[in-house]
This record gives sequence, C-alpha cells and structure tokens, in this order.
Amino acid sequence: MDPVIGKDIGAGLAAIGVAGAGVGIGHIFAALVSSVARNPSARPQVFGLGILGFALTEAVALYALLISFLILFS
Amino acid sequence: MAAPPTIDALSQFRLATSLGPIGASVNFTNSNLIMVATAAAILALLHFGMRPRAMIPGRLQALAELCYSFIADMCLDTIGPEGRRYFPFVFTLFFFILFGNLLGLFPYFFAFTSHIAVTAALALLVFVLSIFVAVTHHGMRFFTYFFPQGAPVALAPVLVPIEILSFLSRPVSLSIRLFANIVAGHVMWEVFAGFMLILTAALGIAGGAASILPLAINVALVGFELLVAFLQAYVFAILTCLYLHDAVHLH
Repeated sequence: MDPVIGKDIGAGLAAIGVAGAGVGIGHIFAALVSSVARNPSARPQVFGLGILGFALTEAVALYALLISFLILFS
Repeated sequence: MAAPPTIDALSQFRLATSLGPIGASVNFTNSNLIMVATAAAILALLHFGMRPRAMIPGRLQALAELCYSFIADMCLDTIGPEGRRYFPFVFTLFFFILFGNLLGLFPYFFAFTSHIAVTAALALLVFVLSIFVAVTHHGMRFFTYFFPQGAPVALAPVLVPIEILSFLSRPVSLSIRLFANIVAGHVMWEVFAGFMLILTAALGIAGGAASILPLAINVALVGFELLVAFLQAYVFAILTCLYLHDAVHLH
C-alpha cells in the first residue's frame, strides 16, 4: 500500500474520535440550558462551570485531532 | 497536467530569526519577538491604565482594574484565603497566554503558544509549583492525596495507581490542550485560505467568485479564534488555581 494513502486513511480514522467529544459538549450545554431554565439566578456560577467543562471536553477532541495531524503531516 | 496544488498547513509554525543579523547571531526568533511584544503590551496596559489613579476610573483604568479583579477573584474563590500569595503567578500566566494567543491572531504575527515547547514549559512550571507547594505545606502527608479519605482500603491497589496516573497526566493535558487549540485554529485558517487559492487556480473567474465561501468561513473562524484565545487562557488559569487548591488543602 502506498504510504501516502496509508497516511490519509490513518488520519481519517483518527479524526473519528472527535465525535465522542461532540456528544459530550452537547451534553454539557444541554445541562447548562436546563439548569439556567430551572434557576435563572444561578446563571453566573453555572456558566463558569459550563465553560470550564466545555474547554476540558474540547481538549479530548483536540487530542484526537492532534494524532490525526501527526499522522497526516509527518 | 501539473500536480494538484497541495495545502502546506504546518510551515506557518516554522521559526525564523528576526531582527536581522543581530537576531541571527543570538538566534532571537519571531517567537521570542512576539513574547517580548506580549510582555510589553501587558506592562503598557497596567502602567498607562493605572497612571491616572482616579477614584472614578476612566475607560483604560477601568479595564486595568477589571483585569486585576477578575484574576484576584478567581484566585480567592478557587484557592481560598491563601490564594493571595499565588495571585501574581496566576495573573502573569493568564495574561501571558491571553496576549500571546491574541497577538498570534494578527496576520504575519506568530502565535508562540502554538509550540508545544512553550506550552509544555508553562504546564511543567504549574505542575512543579503545585508539587512544591503541597510538599512545603504538608510534608510527607502529600502522598495521602492519592488515597482519598473515605474510600474502602480494599480498593487501594486499584485506586492509588489510577490517582497517580491522573496526577501525572496533568502537565500533559494542560500543555496539549492549549497547544492543540491554537494549532488547530491556525491550521484551519491556512487550509481554507488554501481552498480559495485552489478554487481560483482551477476554475478561473468562476473559482474566484466561488472562493467567497472559504473566505466567509475564515471570517467566522476569526470570531471563533478570539473566543478560543480567551477561553484557553481562562481554562489554563482556572486549572492552575484548582491544582493549587488541591496542593494547599486536600493533601
């Protein structure tokens, strides 16, 4: 198999891992919206936690993307 | 037919010496230049912001005071009363990363946080500082951190290695999070810009008109990258505060 094709296939497979983080981020913001809907006055604290959770979850997506870039470009 | 044009996404992160022959002799790179510019920008904000010393602040003074109070509140809320002594460190860390990310967004400037060497250095600094603080506060009781109180002793052989591994993965995740976010943002810019060139090269005038679509995506990405710049600096700082809270208290 041509190594270039192998790289492309590998990079494509590695990027599948981003899907899990997409589900996770949707989950976090669903929880954020329903908690603000229940108790609008709690919005400042809940928003900060939501943003922290979003960044931590997106980090996992970026680990997968990083592996994909490493396979593709080196 | 010539080979289809490829998109060279990663050469934008290559280091080059700046400041002409003086820079080349000491290997002062474009990354170093932007780091100096970042430090100068932060110092300028604080110096010129606080110069009026008015009781009722004008716009720049209000901005400088907002920056101070944002980090001070974050330290005190997250670390507790001992947070005051870590405020200068967290302030420096947050604004260095924030201004570094923001300056990297300008065209022809260099995002120094896109290098794993820089982010790993910052993450290792936070990691070593948290261990140092924990050991000076608690001495040898530092190792009880890996066995949370209230857990059944029978689970210890499983729990302690997992806790140690998750503790050791802190600098790894901290550095890779910032690095991957910035690199991914800049690579996406480069890729969509490359699409514009490929479309124009392949389809001529029609391609030029169609390349408005990648341009629109790039414009949207500018907004997203601004958000990412602030968010990643905030997450780095808040995680630093959380690790320092763990070091000072629950050890």
